[in-house]
Amino acid sequence: MTHLTDLTIASAIKGLKNKEFSATELTQAHIDAMEAARHLNAYIVETPELALKQATEADKRYSQGNPFSLDGVPIGMKDLFCTENVQTTAASHILEGFIPTYESTVSKKLWDAGCTMLGKLNLDEFAMGSSNTTSYFGNVISPWKDQKNPDSQLVPGGSSGGSSAAVAARLCLSATGTDTGGSIRQPAAYTGICGIKPTYGRCSRWGIIAFASSLDQAGAFARNVEDCALMLNAMCGHDPKDSTSSTRDVPDFTKALQGDLKGKKIGIPKEYRVDGMPEEIEKIWAKGIDWLKAQGAEIVDVSLPHTKYALPTYYIIAPAECSSNLARYDGIRYGLRETGDDLRDLYELTRAEGFGKEVQRRIMIGTYVLSAGFYDAYYIKAQKVRRLITQDFDNVFEKVDALLTPTAPSSAFAIGENEGDPIKMYLNDVFTVPTSLAGLPGMSVPAGLDSKGLPLGLQIIGKAWDEETVLKVAQNIETAANFTAKPSMINSQKAA
Amino acid sequence: MSLSRDDVKKVAGLSRLRMADEQLDKMAPEINNILGFIEQLSEVNTDNVEPLANVARSNLPLRDDVVNDGDCVDKILANAPEAEEGYFAVPKIVE
Repeated sequence: MTHLTDLTIASAIKGLKNKEFSATELTQAHIDAMEAARHLNAYIVETPELALKQATEADKRYSQGNPFSLDGVPIGMKDLFCTENVQTTAASHILEGFIPTYESTVSKKLWDAGCTMLGKLNLDEFAMGSSNTTSYFGNVISPWKDQKNPDSQLVPGGSSGGSSAAVAARLCLSATGTDTGGSIRQPAAYTGICGIKPTYGRCSRWGIIAFASSLDQAGAFARNVEDCALMLNAMCGHDPKDSTSSTRDVPDFTKALQGDLKGKKIGIPKEYRVDGMPEEIEKIWAKGIDWLKAQGAEIVDVSLPHTKYALPTYYIIAPAECSSNLARYDGIRYGLRETGDDLRDLYELTRAEGFGKEVQRRIMIGTYVLSAGFYDAYYIKAQKVRRLITQDFDNVFEKVDALLTPTAPSSAFAIGENEGDPIKMYLNDVFTVPTSLAGLPGMSVPAGLDSKGLPLGLQIIGKAWDEETVLKVAQNIETAANFTAKPSMINSQKAA
Repeated sequence: MSLSRDDVKKVAGLSRLRMADEQLDKMAPEINNILGFIEQLSEVNTDNVEPLANVARSNLPLRDDVVNDGDCVDKILANAPEAEEGYFAVPKIVE
């Protein structure tokens, strides 16, 4: 029998239905793996008792022959989703000890589908980062190793670095993530797994700690495309508590996963060939194009002329919304409170103590671009460029069904690299940010390894509400790439 | 344009972040670096372009104007650093 932690969601459900193992055994195997891999620091809080209680209930439903859609599937929850009675921190000191009295809509939907919760996954503080090195609770370490430099510890990507590390290291079958500028797709690429961010409005944001509300969107990590589709089936859907959540019907995303790409047109945006991009990324992109051609897709060269302005636009809009959203952390209603001589003192001391450096920097940038005299020059200007970026996508999607690009301009880097220069760190998201600004669905799928033995991902970008084509293209790449590499940590466990 | 240390101090105040002088000294060039980076938007022609605030692709709905929540004081106060008699407690602000 395959190791229980090595299953896909689909095969786990099959095994549970056939009584090859119980939900309790499946969950316990993951609890053991989670506890044995604490050195990765993927989880902030482990909830084994809750998981086992949920597994017992799932087993009962299996024995009665009426299981839910994802019954007994052990998952990790990014610690940005409020979970009732379980500490939720956004990886920030300012929320240390915060125990929500309510459940986020997306997490509730997953529990209603029968998933068991192993714990809360580490992330960059308030989801601000591309390397999971800004968490108050410490860095997350990737289970992958650079074969040329095996002593260095690598980042799992960010902000959903706990999610990507945990899924890659077999510490859960799947994990939730949130994506504001690439926080699902980039970490998925760095850790050799799949990650999908659906269209803005597909998942309710209610109960997800807000970073930049016009960009934030929940999504899923899993080890194959089908599992991502299964997760989205459970997570998506209208929620009256989020006015931006869509009332559109949610299709069964797994139904999109069949057949080749005959009749599909795939656009290759020329602006994604950036200066200084490693040759290996170019090569994997070219391979991806060949794979899609072989499946019958027509390849079309397209142009998204405002691509180079996406990052500067993002670094106005996201900090502006962050400065506004994070104004709520005032030491009065929840979270940390420092004592001061007067109220202003209390606010300033609490926020200085509670927020980390990157978060403080973004709050200040946001405050500045929204301040009187600069609002039009920065914020309104950025919103105008955002429209141009969105129109670029609208124009190419009149000609093509989806776009294929690399997910990130490099493979995973070492912890500590890119720390000195925030802009260098921001450049990691150069291929993922435009999709977020336009609110479109995007997915990363592992396509191969570079010369360091590290995974490289390809990104599929779709039309609004057309996750189905994104998943279908992704699955064609998955089949052609036949990516079977596993993190060094897993390989050395096997050898032991 | 470039922010002076005093400008940065003002922004820190607006942001309600207490910053020591040496932190301001470090923060000023970092913020200027980022502002320099976002400055490149000025080369984009945005004449007659409407700002885009919402990509939700639908009009935001209105709900009925009725009370649909509440009566959960204990839940609301559960995470308060300090609460007294059903209220959040704050330092004295009126002399």
